[in-house]
Amino acid sequence: MLDEVAIVGVGQTKYERRKIGETFADLVFEVTNKALEDAGITIRDIDNVVTVSNDFQDGRTISSMAVMDACGAFGKNVSTVEGDGTLGALYGLMRVLSGAFETTLVVAHCKCSEGDQDLIWNSAFDPVYYRRLGLEAVSASALQARRYMDKYGVTGEQCALVPVKNHRNARANPWAQEAMDLTVEEVMRSPVLASPLKMLDAAPLSDGACAVIFANRWKAGRMTTKPVWVRGVGHCADAYYLGDRDLAGVDSLTGAAKRAYGLAGIVDPRKEIDVVEVFEAFGYQELMWLEGLGFCDPGQGGVFTAGGNTLMDGPWPVNPSGGVLSAHPGLVAGLVRIAEACLQVRGDAGARQVDGVRTALAHGTNGLCGQGHCVWVLGG
Amino acid sequence: MAQRVAVVGFGQTHHKSNRGDVTGIELINEAVRRALEDAELGPGDIDAVVIGNMDHFENINLADMWGVEGTGGYLKPVMKLTTGGTTGTTVAIAGYYHVASSLFDVVLAVGWEKNSESDTTGGTITAFDPVWERFSFPGALPGLALDAVVYMQKYGVTEKDGARVAVRDRANAARNPYAHLRDPITVDDVLRSPMLSYPIKLLDICPRSDGAAALILAGEEKARKICRQPAWIWSVSVCHNYTYTSDVNFGYLDTLEQACRETYKKAGIKDPGKEIDVIEMYQPCSFAGLSWLEAMGFCGPGEAPGLLWDGATDAGGDLPVNPSGGVLNANPIGATGTIRVGEVARQIQGRAGACQVPEVKTGLATGFGGCYWSDVLLLGNRPR
Amino acid sequence: MSLKAPPELIVFQQMADVPYNWSLGREGSLFLIALRDEKKFLGIKCPSCGKVYVPPRKVCGPCFTANSQWVEVGDEGVVTAFSVVNYRFTDPATGLPREVPYTFAFVRLDGADTKLCHKLAETDPARLKVGMRVKAVFAEQRTGNIEKDVIHFRAVQA
Repeated sequence: MLDEVAIVGVGQTKYERRKIGETFADLVFEVTNKALEDAGITIRDIDNVVTVSNDFQDGRTISSMAVMDACGAFGKNVSTVEGDGTLGALYGLMRVLSGAFETTLVVAHCKCSEGDQDLIWNSAFDPVYYRRLGLEAVSASALQARRYMDKYGVTGEQCALVPVKNHRNARANPWAQEAMDLTVEEVMRSPVLASPLKMLDAAPLSDGACAVIFANRWKAGRMTTKPVWVRGVGHCADAYYLGDRDLAGVDSLTGAAKRAYGLAGIVDPRKEIDVVEVFEAFGYQELMWLEGLGFCDPGQGGVFTAGGNTLMDGPWPVNPSGGVLSAHPGLVAGLVRIAEACLQVRGDAGARQVDGVRTALAHGTNGLCGQGHCVWVLGG
Repeated sequence: MAQRVAVVGFGQTHHKSNRGDVTGIELINEAVRRALEDAELGPGDIDAVVIGNMDHFENINLADMWGVEGTGGYLKPVMKLTTGGTTGTTVAIAGYYHVASSLFDVVLAVGWEKNSESDTTGGTITAFDPVWERFSFPGALPGLALDAVVYMQKYGVTEKDGARVAVRDRANAARNPYAHLRDPITVDDVLRSPMLSYPIKLLDICPRSDGAAALILAGEEKARKICRQPAWIWSVSVCHNYTYTSDVNFGYLDTLEQACRETYKKAGIKDPGKEIDVIEMYQPCSFAGLSWLEAMGFCGPGEAPGLLWDGATDAGGDLPVNPSGGVLNANPIGATGTIRVGEVARQIQGRAGACQVPEVKTGLATGFGGCYWSDVLLLGNRPR
Repeated sequence: MSLKAPPELIVFQQMADVPYNWSLGREGSLFLIALRDEKKFLGIKCPSCGKVYVPPRKVCGPCFTANSQWVEVGDEGVVTAFSVVNYRFTDPATGLPREVPYTFAFVRLDGADTKLCHKLAETDPARLKVGMRVKAVFAEQRTGNIEKDVIHFRAVQA
């Protein structure tokens, strides 16, 4: 995919534990205006909209209905993806690639503070065989972490390097919710949520919204920002029942990455990608996702990270924004990865900017324990 | 590079009030298998899957992930969309853009619902604002009733006119083995059925059904290889406007008018009445089958009852509407719009069996939902 | 074991009960505080088209403009649509059947351009008509809740 569709504007809220003063629509209005301003255009330049929301999170069937006015969708062609923000962005991209539209606004919102996260995630489990066991996102991920660590001999200390790095990176990101100076020891000593996962292995819950604007080549050339081209994208889903999967495996991520790299003409991601933003709701996930993305071999994520490869000054900085561990606004989180990767390519990432970024990777997960993945490659 | 898109396969379940014999995943799988058989394809031929339903109707969060075994989406790209009543057309349209973008060549689009697994009215209420609307809002019926009343008063339309729509659709459903309700009814039956919300009586309104529907969409080159007569998608449009139900302009579905106008323009249709051969509309109640036909540009304001009583919209008429029996006779909500698109495709392919109407070159499918939003798809027998 | 049709079909029941804390936002909070403390209805006006919204919201959809000006609207208004609801259904807020009959209505308060969804006191269809004037009946104890602080709207004698 060469210079067909570009990201021309992005907007984010500050991510916070409880945005009591803002409705879903207020958050969406804020980021829509920020993205328009970033692109130097008005709502009249937007010819279609894709919203991203989850009916369980919002406690509302047709959760997108609450934000139709706030995203400027009045009288427009608008649709709603229910899943990670990376998938909503993909639908927005497709609509431009089809030639039917010139400029798509993609906007995602989520307020984790408004619903009961345990019950919401519990509702993603099979109602007959799994739900009554009380499984939700943390306990299911604990099963995955245990299986991964056991299979490959990855240690808790190696996993703890991820929150230490990401919370430190977050200090340079004004939108992040949790910027901290931590040590591995502090992570290891934090209270156990569901073994082997501890409090500081896990992402916080956040309220927030994010918007990204896609434009075709003709439109992109007329915007004020430097266009960031979509070079490749791929998504893929694994089996549903946790018991049907090898939870230490990353088959669907490998599939998604293969597709994205194929479109982008990437042969060796280690040579061709300069910065990475992954959706790591827990420390161990960053290790696993780096394996699936081909930055290291299966089971080597711990060693790879311990070698300093993913630090801000390492060869492949991962999550310079602080990642999902520093702000987790649910299904907005994947769209944030795209926005952050875009800023890195533009050189507009401020204090969290990585030097000399030409190609950036953004990643999102969908469902429990990384059942689904979506991978984006962006370039200048 | 963009490419043309066609429907090359369609499958649906036998819609019923309660499919207690299958789980939701199995219900989805029934439709998917039938679509694959219809297109003579195997699961390995599918490049990507699009799926949609309404979460709170079955109380399953992330149904795209849950339904992977049913759709055959294992280790494939899967995406979920949900937009309320328009979900069924939304997945068809998303399937269209998947292929039109050239990112994928063969895409499966699935709409489904097991309405028997929850209280449908209770579920519908959760579509409205939890603070401002939900405590007083009583579901889909009163809005549709209001829409009908405003239209009836304006043009002197009667309850008998509405009944005639229901009779037509039921007569068509009697020929459709997949329809949920198939026993013929008369105008008197409709008029004598229990009043639910004036002027809507039991036989004027859609049922709640369990069912699933799957479309297979393919790019130009693949479509020609897969089937002899693909049903080409000429243009699609979507129009949303308001956020609160009390803001809606009842009595005239302006979103449908706008979406149709855009669709016709994109496809170069100047006189829809002459150029479109069959319509499958998302018609949740009989009266919508009149005023919405006007919004679609098939006749002038207040003229729809004339067309109806002349028999023009009957299966043998000049402008057949809902030859499948339509939404009044099968309404698995997330699948309802998908079925409209599939039925139009079947008509264009000349494979609609006993429901086939003569000489279909073009057909229109519509979706309706949310805050009186509209989706429109125009299909034809050759690429355009 | 032979696999044949099951002698019965088993259904697994769950009464879903997921609690939520929905924010009203700044506009919604101001509106409900005025209702609670002063028994006043406020509308919010679009600076671009002049439309007065009740219930309040931050954005005028057609203009994509932030609504900025508060205006007081009446506690009386006109019924633009109603339905006497007789069918039983599960109220998603409680999980219990909603009490019927009740009258659902759109009320355009004096000075507002959009309509408020609420209930009418009258449930006899013969005594209801579109265009009738109604007035809010306030609860004695008000907590900042549109459902409870306004018990219903009652017909105003002409």
